[in-house]
Amino acid sequence: MRRKVQSASSLSDRLFDAFVYTFVTAVLVVTLYPFLNVLAISLNDSIDTVRGGITVYPRKFTLKNYEVIFAYKHLGTGFRNSALRTLIGTALGVISASMLAYTLSRKDFQGRRFVSVFLALTMYVSGGLIPFFLLIRDLNLMNTFAVYILPGMVSAFNVFVIRSFIDGLPYALQESAKIDGANDFTIYWRIILPLTKPALATIALFVAVGQWNSWFDTYLFNSQSEHLTTLQYELMKVLQSTQSNVDYRARNMTEVMAQVSPESIKMAITMVVTLPILFVYPFLQRYFVKGMTLGAVKT
Amino acid sequence: MEAATTTGKMTRRERTVRFFRTALRNRWLYAMSLPFVVWVFVFSYLPLWGWTMAFQRYRPGRPFSEQEWVGLDHFRALFQDALFYQVLRNTLAMSMMGLVAGFVVPIFFALMLNEVRQMLYKRFVQTVSYLPHFVSWVVVAGIVTKMLSTDGGAVNGLLLWLGVIDEPIQFMAKGKLFWFIVTLADVWKETGWNAIIYLAAIAGIGPELYEAARVDGANRIQQIWHITLPGIRTTIIILLIMSIGHLISIGFEKQFLLGNNLVREYSQVLDLYALNYGLGMGRFSFGTAINMFNSVVSILLLITANGIFKRVTRESIM
Repeated sequence: MRRKVQSASSLSDRLFDAFVYTFVTAVLVVTLYPFLNVLAISLNDSIDTVRGGITVYPRKFTLKNYEVIFAYKHLGTGFRNSALRTLIGTALGVISASMLAYTLSRKDFQGRRFVSVFLALTMYVSGGLIPFFLLIRDLNLMNTFAVYILPGMVSAFNVFVIRSFIDGLPYALQESAKIDGANDFTIYWRIILPLTKPALATIALFVAVGQWNSWFDTYLFNSQSEHLTTLQYELMKVLQSTQSNVDYRARNMTEVMAQVSPESIKMAITMVVTLPILFVYPFLQRYFVKGMTLGAVKT
Repeated sequence: MEAATTTGKMTRRERTVRFFRTALRNRWLYAMSLPFVVWVFVFSYLPLWGWTMAFQRYRPGRPFSEQEWVGLDHFRALFQDALFYQVLRNTLAMSMMGLVAGFVVPIFFALMLNEVRQMLYKRFVQTVSYLPHFVSWVVVAGIVTKMLSTDGGAVNGLLLWLGVIDEPIQFMAKGKLFWFIVTLADVWKETGWNAIIYLAAIAGIGPELYEAARVDGANRIQQIWHITLPGIRTTIIILLIMSIGHLISIGFEKQFLLGNNLVREYSQVLDLYALNYGLGMGRFSFGTAINMFNSVVSILLLITANGIFKRVTRESIM
């Protein structure tokens, strides 16, 4: 009797395992295949691509598609702007969030409650797109690089993630620094910043990815200024160019690139836009997993 | 009586003195927070002041005092616009579908991943599963369009090969499919990322519970049902309530990037509607009224959800 039950459960266990591995592998394939497909097409001869049937490896290897897109001058400008906004935006975002987080973690700070509520409200209430657009216009931020950096610099969510991390640090460290005569800024700079590195890395990653990936602010505020274009915006125009809402500049671009098919161009640009992220994120994994859990528990 | 008032006054003065003394001692903390408070005021609170436009016939370039007030006219116009109901339907449909799929799939994925015994494979799958989260919607929209395309799209290729269909389907041109495409794109992008929290919660469940269950003869499915799922219940509830608050503000990036004129009836959501009217046609006041409706409903939903949550768990997320 007993043996029979055990063997039955191990058979169902094996069936269960088979299901688990099939499912998980299916997720793996579905996630990875599109990227490999795009990569293969971007490296494949564009006339050959039209024949169809490219899966995960290039049939007729070429770098021509990349040569063509790198010759397109807006792409260089876009790359420069995207890189700049990512660097500057991340630095300022991390500094502002960590400073605010530090002041909020200080129980003896008399403005603590006010600042905390003032920030928290912004997570729930937003004025909406139209008032925001008019505000940016009234502040004369249209057609400036600053519009990429300034409006989103202070993020309440990031502040609270870092604050809950600081709350987990022993308070005695600050006390002893104080006895040694350190002022509050010194404590922040010399003690808090080095100790919160894991949280700062998480926030830096979030902000950097957000900056690198955003296109809508370019579309809304800077579409008249070619020198302020971003990589995502250029990609957006190319991708949308076959659809009905064509932007005439995008059509121009596709014409410029008529030497190879638009399909190959799209895939190559997609790869250029995606690759920097692919290189960075696996190394930051242990940080953001921690940061995600922290943020979810405390906010 | 007189003595009491004097002491009251003294205390008040003392209090003021003490306030400024503390403020002086806190000067560095003020210096590190007040500039950002001003910042937040400008970029997050001033747009709220912009809501006054919804009650005016707003004309750009005029001072506030010279704007013409029209009361609730814009809201009346909004609620009489047939398009508004279509847009609201689309917004609600896509957010509900996103809410359900965005919960069920990551939880299921986390449960399955937790059952993988080979740690190396588990880690690899998990790392890959985060990848789409870090990729922009522009790229995802491009990939989805490519995968669903009629010439060389993987989905049509697979369906043809399986013999499910005889001719490629024009997925992106079918309005009725648009909601599903958006939902699936969302699932593809965010499942791995959203599973992180559940996996962390699962990791926190004590192994002795599983041992006890095994001794009682529970198989692995029963262990999932009776131990793992109850173990992550609180996490699920918290996240559910938080996303109910965001139910109506689903953003517009996906719809903007994946939509086209052929599917407009199904793709237009509140924010795009506000964008088209407000900026496209220059009807700033009407656009603001749409935005305001959106924000107010969001807050009401959040407060309701938080209230229910308080009842259930005696904890608050706000």
